[in-house]
Amino acid sequence: MFQYFLNKLATTIPTFLGISLIAFAFIRVLPGDPIMLMAGERGVTPERYEELATQFGFDRPFYIQYKDFLLNILTGDFGQSFVTKHPVIDEFLARFPATLELSLSAMFLAVLVGLPAGIVAAVKRGSWFDHTLMGISLTGYSMPVFWLGLLLIILFSSILGWTPVSGRISLLYYFDIHTGFMTIDALMSGQKGAFASAVSHLILPAITLGTIPMAVIARQTRSAMLEVLSEDYVRTARAKGLSTFRIIGLHAFRNALITVITVIGLQIGVLLAGAILTETIFAWPGIGKWMVDSIFRRDYQVVQGGLILISSIVILVNLTVDLLYGLINPRIRQTRG
Amino acid sequence: MALLEIKNLTVEFSTAHGPFRAVDNIDLSVDAGELVAIVGESGSGKSVSMLALMGLLPWTAKVTADRMALDGKELTEMPQDQRRRIAGKDMAMIFQEPMTSLNPCFTVGFQINEIMKRHLSLTRQERDKRAVELMSLVGIPSPESRLRAFPHQLSGGMSQRVMIAMMIACNPRLLIADEPTTALDVTIQAQILELLASLQQDTGMALVLITHDMGVVAEVAQRVIVQYAGQQVESRNVIDLFDTPKHPYTQALLAALPERATTQHLPSIPGVVPGQLDRPDGCLFNPRCQYAIQACRHTPPGIQNGVRCHTPLNAQGHPTDPMGLRQKEGVS
Repeated sequence: MFQYFLNKLATTIPTFLGISLIAFAFIRVLPGDPIMLMAGERGVTPERYEELATQFGFDRPFYIQYKDFLLNILTGDFGQSFVTKHPVIDEFLARFPATLELSLSAMFLAVLVGLPAGIVAAVKRGSWFDHTLMGISLTGYSMPVFWLGLLLIILFSSILGWTPVSGRISLLYYFDIHTGFMTIDALMSGQKGAFASAVSHLILPAITLGTIPMAVIARQTRSAMLEVLSEDYVRTARAKGLSTFRIIGLHAFRNALITVITVIGLQIGVLLAGAILTETIFAWPGIGKWMVDSIFRRDYQVVQGGLILISSIVILVNLTVDLLYGLINPRIRQTRG
Repeated sequence: MALLEIKNLTVEFSTAHGPFRAVDNIDLSVDAGELVAIVGESGSGKSVSMLALMGLLPWTAKVTADRMALDGKELTEMPQDQRRRIAGKDMAMIFQEPMTSLNPCFTVGFQINEIMKRHLSLTRQERDKRAVELMSLVGIPSPESRLRAFPHQLSGGMSQRVMIAMMIACNPRLLIADEPTTALDVTIQAQILELLASLQQDTGMALVLITHDMGVVAEVAQRVIVQYAGQQVESRNVIDLFDTPKHPYTQALLAALPERATTQHLPSIPGVVPGQLDRPDGCLFNPRCQYAIQACRHTPPGIQNGVRCHTPLNAQGHPTDPMGLRQKEGVS
């Protein structure tokens, strides 16, 4: 298992290098001179241009720039925002809890609904439940995130008036940030109604963001369960006279989980991508909105550093999923060497 | 009273081309402690009939029977839940593919303990102890460490031994072995058969052995039922059946045994078992039968003296003519 862990860890290194190269190249291959682009319509004097070029290292060869860039990343230096003059890592860390809270809520919803729905659809294959669920999940999967978000806002916020349109909590409440998770901080503050307000702000973005993963998880769980239910060992479990609940919930599901866990892990990358749209629609102050704002502000250092940080998280999540996969699947867990 | 009584068991699958009758009105009676073999080619409905008894067929299968009773308890009228308490306890079954029949996610010990936990009121310590005993009983060396193994760490023969240990854990009255040796190496086949036969002797359970191998039958069985295309064609004790087969199909099966070959070329039965779309009229075996007469091609034979044939064979292996059908058609 330790060997398995080391192998998986080693495979992340080339992935990370590839991503760093893309992020590095990003501001250098875009059409136009980055300094002129940053300067915007006002332009810069030739002296100032030289000064900036030296500051960012644009006057040195690419491979030296890349080496410095990598070394800086390894020491935790992701550059500095042109606009706010804050280090990129600080800005990232300030916004990341908001995105994490939203993503975890979305994932929680997706798994909570998708997993059982997929299992029931597989067990009752061909029933009206199965057909309805597959229809709904196809719709959910095909619907663009921004479109779904707008529809939800129109229905629940505008017409029904049940939920707020944007933000993380009502302006009426103010309390200290401890965890960065608005719902948890609201609970900790002990202010009446604060938690309810945080949840009501969270629910629509979480549904919007969770819909695609929910659909994918439901469909994949269904197909994994269908495959597993026709296996010989499920027949053995039935021959042993076990209860239906145990046959499906333990013998079949445990095997289906091996595939499903991978699917769930892959969805986390989708979530972070979806967060960019969702956060923009709901004015959710997370890293997605931060990235979009930075692109509009041409704050390329932030875009570059943000890309690396977000990608690193996806790599980390995938690594975790691989390890979980090894823990669940005894054929991998038991292998040595 | 027989331990297992089956009367007129029929299993039909609904297919795109209409219902397919995989098992056609078979009867089976097995006494306590008896070893009965069911023989036939692939597609003769051997496994399906026993899966129907165990309640393991998918819901697409339509199972009907006048009587299907274990130890006097009628199974067909029993609610699903009650039937599950009999499967695995009073009757158990092992399968053809031992490597895929064990759940890859759980240890051998977990899977053996589980069946005892379901059906017996033993403490955890007692179950663990019995699991070790069972493993030694089926001839697995160093049982304690093997109990912690996962199925992928076992060979096919070992897996089948584990399956046997698991399925006899609750002392079943009846064990059904569905081609238990087909997927195994020849050297292991004999070991597993010996193991099954000796367990049957020691525990006094009844054993129904499904096989397509007449050699296996000769080695262990007391009584043999020959099945063809979902029907029973001959049912007799093993010595009589091998000495004087009465049904032409049995005769042909025996003639195909390498031990009995008299010429350089091993005789075979031309053609295959009829499927859903090519079922013949009359006797189902008539297109492949060397003794078939006109009557066989349009009138299905009934069972007389344990044989489903218009012209059962005599001790010399020649067709007789109890109903005068051959004489009427002028066939000698």
